[in-house]
Amino acid sequence: MDYPTPSISHLSRKPYVNYVYDAAEDTFLFMDALQNDAILPLICIEVGSGSGAIISFISKILGPECYYMATDINPIAANCTIDTAKLNEMPQCEVIITDLVSGLKDRLTGNVDVILFNPPYVVTPSKEISGNGIEASWAGGENGREVMDRLFTIVPQLLSPSGLFYLVAIKENYPDEIIKTMKMVGLSGEIILSRKAGRENLFILRFDKENSLS
Amino acid sequence: MRLLTHNMLTSHVKGAESGYPLILEAAEVILRNVDFNPEFIKRMLSKVNWDVLYQTAKAIGHLNDIPEQLQPNVENDEEFLRKAHHVLLEVEVKEGHLICPTSKKKFQISNGIPNMLLGEESSS
Ligand SMILES: C[S@@+](CC[C@H](N)C(=O)[O-])C[C@H]1O[C@@H](n2cnc3c(N)ncnc32)[C@H](O)[C@@H]1O
Repeated sequence: MDYPTPSISHLSRKPYVNYVYDAAEDTFLFMDALQNDAILPLICIEVGSGSGAIISFISKILGPECYYMATDINPIAANCTIDTAKLNEMPQCEVIITDLVSGLKDRLTGNVDVILFNPPYVVTPSKEISGNGIEASWAGGENGREVMDRLFTIVPQLLSPSGLFYLVAIKENYPDEIIKTMKMVGLSGEIILSRKAGRENLFILRFDKENSLS
Repeated sequence: MRLLTHNMLTSHVKGAESGYPLILEAAEVILRNVDFNPEFIKRMLSKVNWDVLYQTAKAIGHLNDIPEQLQPNVENDEEFLRKAHHVLLEVEVKEGHLICPTSKKKFQISNGIPNMLLGEESSS
């Protein structure tokens, strides 16, 4: 089934233009992967929601029986996520300006059914990861892994027994190695979609808890 | 920020013994109309810290008659579920602050978005 792409026309205007990551090939590949999976979650969190295109999109798939929360370290992006949610008549989208899932970890341990992350994945010098402006949308440090790696250690705690974690990555991030790393913390993963977009080899990875026979 | 989100948030100020619950100061509250979905409320109740919900709703003056204690067998009590629905989802804090209960650090809520950044990110 095909779900409509959320409208994000406000991204080309102030105050968002140049300050918020515009939906790009990675965003669209992420949407393609998500619409293939049917699940019945109660709590869904997107980390680094940026424009809000992905969280608005998945709310169309999962419907009003799910509570949606989005985080971003960039305050302008957080406001943009709210605007995109409103524009696309999303039932409820809670947005929090925070680093990854800080502030949500304690209470949501073992309770999150879907975690989504299209991280800053571009290989850059480590020192480029520091700000919370537009550079935070791409700067990934060594192997482009520095930001996503920090989330990897938290995901197994957050996920509910049948929970799913979706991740965008590029070839330079070594997706196969990510799958191996996650295996050691009890998550089994696979590449569910890939696409070549210009110079980027994009991958969508999906993980679940190994003992869940869902 | 809805009270359901407040219910899930913890302050992560380093060294603070306990960051939960955050004290909520509401400068501007708006009431929204959200479609009542009894199944959603029933499933969500098991995740909610009821005591914190009650105290917070009371503190900001939006108790809406919810009981101090969560009663057993509320699944079929539509009146109760509607009240819980209102307090969890329809009361939205637009402007205000969240305050860490131990360190007293203030986090601003602006345009309904709490800013939990400590200004020294990089740790997780
Ligand atoms: C590649 S963009 C993805 C945006 C959007 N989700 C999409 O798919 O189009 C990465 C996003 O992650 C955010 N981000 C980067 N580091 C973060 C962190 N430590 N915590 C939360 N968000 C972060 C950026 O601000 C940016 O919005």
